[in-house]
Amino acid sequence: MNFDFTEEQTMIKDSVARFVRDEYDFDTRRAIVSSEDGISRNFWAKFAELGWLSVPFSEEYGGFGGSVDDLSAVMEEMGKGIVVEPFASTIVVFGSLMSASPNSDLKAKVIPSIIDGSCMGTFACVEEQSRYEMSDVCTSAEVCPEGFRINGKKTVVSNASTANKFIVSARCSGDQFDRDGISLFLVDSSVEGVEIDSFKMMDGQSAATVTFKNVLVNESELVSELGKGIDLIDAVMPQILISLSAEALGIMATLNTLTLEYSKTRQQFGAPIGSFQVIQHRMVDTFMACEQSKSMLYRGLCVAKNVEQGEADQFDLAKTAHALKATIARYGKLIGEEAIQLHGGIGMTDELNIGHFVKRLMMINVAFGDGDFHQRKFNSLSYSG
Amino acid sequence: MDINFSAEDVAFRDEVREFFDKEYDSEVSKRQADNHSSDYKSSIVAWQKKLHAKGWIAPDWPVEYGGTGWSSTQKYIYETERGLAGIPDVIPFGLKMVAPVIYTFGTEEQKVRFLPRILSSDDWWCQGYSEPGAGSDLAALTTSAEYAGDNYIVNGRKIWTTLAQFADWIFCLVRTSKGVRRQEGISFLLIDMKSPGITVKPIIAIDGQHSLNEVLFENVLVPTENLIGEQDKGWTYAKALLAHERTGMAEVADSKRMLDQLKLRAVAEVNGGKPMIEDPVFQMRLSDIEMELMALEYTELRVFASMASGGMPGPESSLLKIKGTEISQSIHELQLQLASYYGGALQGELSSEVLGHNFATEARGKYMYGRAATIYGGSNEVQRNVIAKAVLGL
Repeated sequence: MNFDFTEEQTMIKDSVARFVRDEYDFDTRRAIVSSEDGISRNFWAKFAELGWLSVPFSEEYGGFGGSVDDLSAVMEEMGKGIVVEPFASTIVVFGSLMSASPNSDLKAKVIPSIIDGSCMGTFACVEEQSRYEMSDVCTSAEVCPEGFRINGKKTVVSNASTANKFIVSARCSGDQFDRDGISLFLVDSSVEGVEIDSFKMMDGQSAATVTFKNVLVNESELVSELGKGIDLIDAVMPQILISLSAEALGIMATLNTLTLEYSKTRQQFGAPIGSFQVIQHRMVDTFMACEQSKSMLYRGLCVAKNVEQGEADQFDLAKTAHALKATIARYGKLIGEEAIQLHGGIGMTDELNIGHFVKRLMMINVAFGDGDFHQRKFNSLSYSG
Repeated sequence: MDINFSAEDVAFRDEVREFFDKEYDSEVSKRQADNHSSDYKSSIVAWQKKLHAKGWIAPDWPVEYGGTGWSSTQKYIYETERGLAGIPDVIPFGLKMVAPVIYTFGTEEQKVRFLPRILSSDDWWCQGYSEPGAGSDLAALTTSAEYAGDNYIVNGRKIWTTLAQFADWIFCLVRTSKGVRRQEGISFLLIDMKSPGITVKPIIAIDGQHSLNEVLFENVLVPTENLIGEQDKGWTYAKALLAHERTGMAEVADSKRMLDQLKLRAVAEVNGGKPMIEDPVFQMRLSDIEMELMALEYTELRVFASMASGGMPGPESSLLKIKGTEISQSIHELQLQLASYYGGALQGELSSEVLGHNFATEARGKYMYGRAATIYGGSNEVQRNVIAKAVLGL
């Protein structure tokens, strides 16, 4: 038994860490966020060059052939720099769905373009009424001579304004809440009928309301099997949740480090505030929160590995992933709020990095379901029938 | 034990309710949510002037200076109705903070000069207490005022000065001499914001708003007639004021209103086709807060009751600020949780029509800026120290 990273993982982790330390300081990030695109395409090209964009993809398509632990190693370091380039949207979410797709022709076409940096993608799954339920889908895909005609509206689509391609969940049959009958389609963001209303989110990334009006897609652009989109989503969701949790862990660790440093240097009442017992105990609580989160992440990674090796099943993995996301939500909130509180007034400023780390943590919290949502899922997997 | 109001008090409540209902323009609340907007100040001043015309602007002041002469119960009713109506409290720096110091410790000239313009909202005040090195440890302040004949010469730096960008005057704690105890040698000065040598620098907060500022003093001349009370005794005056500031922080009625709004929104927000209000997990979150608030309401009533009978507020008053701010933060949190993804969208970037869920940006702003409530007015850590020492005798 060991919890060490492999040599390859250590190399890639170090390379992301070095980038964040040497090239992605807070001022650089701020300048990128306020630039027109809101991301740096130069850095994206660099990510491609360094092979980071290839991590989760099979060697067959020119990928690194990594799995969720490799992806998590990258994400944790990205978290430490609150990197705003759409790595989570494109590689973790869009990429995982593409990788798991049964449509090999489509994969052969799209995955190499993700790896070389020319294709950014995102997943358009949320609807105004759906909240966190993936199977609550009103967007429709009607059969027509050209293939399918998509109509509907997707909300808060991450990084839609920079994405070339969307994976869209749309209903081919069944009622609004049915698991069956939903398909995933690959849609080019520039085709006729796609309208993108983009806005900034508090974490510096962007999102958009995307409307699909009589958008025509070919059958060859089916990412999932017809009507089986939810199965595909379920298959990759643990990997998505684990990777996002790894990013959150990187943020939580950074917040704790920064707050600890501050408590050792900030003088009040003639002493560093870290010398006061009330502050010490709270620093200990946030320290333990981070360690527990890390353990839960490692648990998720180990179960995922066991699933790969046939020693655990999807049920175990789903349960662990829900527990992980709920833990990250709970402790992320604690660590974020304590970081602001213990910094006092300066923690309230936009100028300091603390608030920006907290905001990304808050966005990860709601991504694909908040803590309560995942705890509810955990409950129903664990305790009912 | 009797919680019911007398017939006179009920009549008074109806009068207050009717006035708010008729006279308050809810646009003021909307404008108050965005202090970048050009009519932010004017809309607030206009509402305060309306209250002044009615004679209700300063319920806590003695009648001789313009107070209402209300009983404690009436003051309680007024505050409650204001909160329930969703009307923001008056900007406190003049009316609730410096005015009590002026009418308690000021000279006749100072009273005549400053109080009427505070009452009429013609002067906007801000508070110059905190400094970069003096936050929770306020007595560590170093901004200096050097006595030079008719003037003090003020040098230093104040920070977290709320709404200083609009202020005509600032009341400051400054160091006039180095006493044996750090609390000695601090004086209370009233300074004209138009004085040469004052620079106001904006601080943008994590909610994206410009509420906070840094105020720099460089050889600012302040006439000695602007000193409150005796030189070097400012700490005593400030302490009296801080106690005042803290009792107003429970904001039970405001929290009740927010909670009611939250419930309505939880009816409208659905998950899996079911309203969130029917979700047992969400219900637990909601009732956790509601029950705390039910208790706090009675804690506040106990404080009012003991003040109404002429007593000093007892130990129960100490927890008003802590519990009040923590409850309002937990309402903000749940509001934001309800807003799900939409809470992350930045204000002004999009119309609510595009986004749907139009309470979401407000929820984010309140959550983010609301983090300050446990920091300002004496952080909740300092409040707990006060209770440990003064109430529990530890």
